[in-house]
Formats: sequence, C-alpha cells, structure tokens
Amino acid sequence: MAYGPKIIEHYEHPRNVGNFGTQAQVKARKDVGVGLVGAPECGDVMQLQIKVDPSTGRIEDARFKTFGCGSAIASSSLATEWLKGRTVDQAMDIKNTDIVQELQLPPVKIHCSVLAEDAIHAAISDYRAKNGLPTRQPADAKTEQAP
Amino acid sequence: MALKLPMYLDHAATTPCDPRVVEAMLPYFTKVFGNPGSRNHEFGWAAEEGVDTSRGHVAELLGADPKEIVFTSGSTEGNNLAIKGAAYMYEKAPAGAGKPRGHIVTCAIEHKAVLDPCKRLQKEGFEVTFLEPGPDGIVTAEMVQAALRDDTILVTIMWANNEIGTVNEVPRIGALCHERGAVFHTDATQWAGKMPVDVEKDQVDLLSMSGHKIYGPKGVGALYVRRRKPRVRLQALVDGGGQERGFRSGTLNVTGIVGLGKAAQIARAEMDADAQRLLALRRRLESAVTGKLGSTQVNGHAEKRLPHITNISFGFVEGESLMMAVKEIACSSGSACTSASLEPSYVLKTLGVGDELAHSSLRLSLGRWTTREEVDYAAERIVESVQKLRSLSPLYDMHNEGIDLSKVVWGQH
Repeated sequence: MAYGPKIIEHYEHPRNVGNFGTQAQVKARKDVGVGLVGAPECGDVMQLQIKVDPSTGRIEDARFKTFGCGSAIASSSLATEWLKGRTVDQAMDIKNTDIVQELQLPPVKIHCSVLAEDAIHAAISDYRAKNGLPTRQPADAKTEQAP
Repeated sequence: MALKLPMYLDHAATTPCDPRVVEAMLPYFTKVFGNPGSRNHEFGWAAEEGVDTSRGHVAELLGADPKEIVFTSGSTEGNNLAIKGAAYMYEKAPAGAGKPRGHIVTCAIEHKAVLDPCKRLQKEGFEVTFLEPGPDGIVTAEMVQAALRDDTILVTIMWANNEIGTVNEVPRIGALCHERGAVFHTDATQWAGKMPVDVEKDQVDLLSMSGHKIYGPKGVGALYVRRRKPRVRLQALVDGGGQERGFRSGTLNVTGIVGLGKAAQIARAEMDADAQRLLALRRRLESAVTGKLGSTQVNGHAEKRLPHITNISFGFVEGESLMMAVKEIACSSGSACTSASLEPSYVLKTLGVGDELAHSSLRLSLGRWTTREEVDYAAERIVESVQKLRSLSPLYDMHNEGIDLSKVVWGQH
C-alpha cells in the first residue's frame, strides 16, 4: 500500500495515544465520553475518548487507541487533534470527508475515515447520555456550507 | 558487518539465483543456443547434452531415473499436468456420460496451484475430498485412509506447506495409495532441494518442484513421473512437437533447465549443512520473538516442520499495520482476520488460527545466505513493532483488563 506522507507521519508519530482510565474507570467518569467502534473480525477497532469541561462544554483533551491498518491509526490520530478545543456541538461537525481530504486517504481506505467519524459521534453520544443532555444529530446542511 | 536493508526473509516465495547457477547458464544463452530437438547437427547435440546432464542432476536429487523427469515451467504447471493429466487418464467414465468420473483426495491447505486444478476437475464431474487438518496442520495417513474410496483415482497432498512449513506424512500416504491402487502426487515445491527425497522409499508417483525455490531460475521446474511399479501415465495438456516423451510439448527452456540442474546439484551437496544451519537460525528467531512477547504463537506442529519457514501469529495487532512497521524486513503476511486490506489466509483459517479474534501473522522464511545478525535484527524489529502497535491497541488494553474480547458485542461496520 503506497501511503501519502501525512498518513505515514501520523502512523509513525501518532498523537494523543492513550485513555483516561480503564474501561471500568471511564465508564464511571461523567466528564469522559467513550466511543468504541468497529470489530476485530473486520480488522478495525477504534476507541476515542473525550474529556469535556462541563462548565463550557468544550473538549479539553482527547485520546485514542486503534487496532487497525495505518490509515485507521492515522484517521483516529487526526481526529483527536481536531477534537481538542472544540465544543461538543462543534465536534459533531467533523466529517469523514474532511479526514479523507486532510490525510489524502486512498479510495480503499475511506472506510477508516467513516469509522473515525462514527467514533467521534459515539464518544459524544456517550458523554451526552452520561450527563442527561439531549442528543443532537450532525447538522448536515450547515457543514456543507462550511467544509 | 553492517546489515543491508531491506533484508530478505521471504525465501519461501522465491530465492535469489546462486551465482554458480548463473555461471552454468550463461553459455547456453549465446554459445550453446541450439534446439535440443535438432537431431542432425552439433548445435542441437550440444544443447541436448546440457539438458541431459541437468536431467541427471534432478533425477539424483529425487532418487529417480532420468527418464522419469519431465521439465516444466514450474510447480504450477507440474501440478496441473499431474492432477489433470492423471484424472483424465484414469477417469472411470468419460465426460458427459452422466456417470461419476472418479474421486480425488486433496487437502484444504494445499497451494492454489493444486486447489484450483482440483476445483476445475470438480466442475467437470470428478468428486473431490478436501481434507482439513487440525491445528497442527499435518495431513496424516489416517486422514487420507478415511477419505479413500473404491473409485479414488488420485491423491494429491503437498509434502510441506508453503505458509507454515508443516510436513505431511508423505511416505505413509504413498504406501497407502499403492496398497489401494490410487496414484499419489505430491507438490514438493517447498520440500525438494531442501530436504532429502527418495521417490522409491517415499512411494511417490508424481512430484512437482520449481527451480526458483532452490536458488535456480524462475520459469523452470520438473515433474517426476514414475515409470515402474506402477507405471504412471498422464494425458498431456499441451500438444505439439512431442517433447518430454509427449508429456509436455514445446521447445525446451535449455538455459532454465541447465540452471535447474545446477541448482539441484548444489542443493543435493549442501542440503544437510544448509538444513542444520537454518534450523538453528529459525529456532533462534522463534525463541527471540516468542520469548519477549506474550499472546504470540508459532503456527503448525512444533517439530514436524521445514527448517527454514516459520509462521508466527501476534494477538491484538492488525496485519497491515504490522507489515508497515516491519517494512524493512521483506516477509509475507498471513492475516487471519477479515481485514479490508489483506486477504485472509485460508491456511491459517483452516487451522483455526482465525477463530481467536484479532490475530495477524508473519511468515518468515530463511535462506542460504541468511545470517545470524539478520535474524537477530529481524527479531528485534518485530518485537519492537508488535510492542508499539499493542501500545496503540484498545484490544490489548481490554485483554489486560481481563475483558473477554469474544464476549464483547461489536458494532457492525
């Protein structure tokens, strides 16, 4: 697989690797949202965790761990970079196509970006559910205007 | 001595030509260029002499008579000729007669060059049993015995497996076939030239081998066809000038055949020393890797294996990212999981390696010029890479936290 330089860079130096505790610990933490998506038999499992400042709704920190190909690792690494500093609402606007564009993912690897988007949504849903916040669907119309 | 990178640990895929082989071949391109079929001049005779010498070397390597050697383009052709040629020759009923044409026994972890001819014959009206070995990967005589029927015409079982290096019970299977009157073919591509062959003692009727796996050139190989007790006949697949006693028409690939002969001669002379050295290196590699990493296994039977091939599975690491991490070590991956990017290995799946979640595997195969320094370096790189990828793997964390991955409900993707 001939990968572009950005994928290789993220693969070799992944950003924000880690978590905010064991599965049991993060489950109990209200300020942490966890998204675990994919399946081992599909060759990709992504875990994205966001740590949110409850007073502002802003994502203070994000961590990932990914079992998967180089593109999956790069997509989730990039996602953590983009998540930090956004509000939970703004984070919903990250699109898989933005990841494809930024990393120059080859067509056979687009599913990695889809998985990363799924992981973001799952982490946010988890955070919202833990805090009794209403779920919000991504605003498709809005992001199409401002990619 | 500084290591040269990338390093080549994929000798089960192909080997470099031995310089002695190249040297032997060179005159046959320009000086001894005649067609061995030209029976009426010096040029033809000289070429024929080269071919005959080579035939002698290959026959000696296999414990055969030179008349029993048919030169081919390699094992794929040899397997096709042996399997289809024997099936058509010994069929119980012709095609279109509406009767069963005959039964063939093979094994699910054969190379595609055996499986696909068998599958074609199946479509053409033959019945085929695909034996499935257990986790040790060995096809035993008992498994074959249980599959044999009165209408079994052919048994084709590889001598040693190309992905995991396991060795099947060839002499016993051969004896069984001879008792029951079935023709026995073995794909010996990974075995011949590396380990001793004696077609008499090993009771083989048909044996395919390739030049490029034994430090000879690509595009040439040999098929051994037994002439006595029993005399095995084959229906030719390529018709024409009647070369190779009619088994395989077409002007002989003289340069390639000379190279194959030289490679066979060297292999026979150096086999014991090579095998001993490679076995020590392989064990060193395996213990260095498995000793430093948990959740790692060497696939296939622990002892009944070729000296130079190892296939190691690593838990909680995905195949393509592992290949990326060890990219300076040329080897093969056999991903047991259904990754979007890597073909799953049907061999490992048959063995049940894919049953456990999230495995990836590397096949490392050592060769005549592999050094201890290379093996040590490869082991170190592999250990580092697996550790790095595990530090990124959510599955490894979950495993360490005592979560049973097979009980987790995974999303559909």
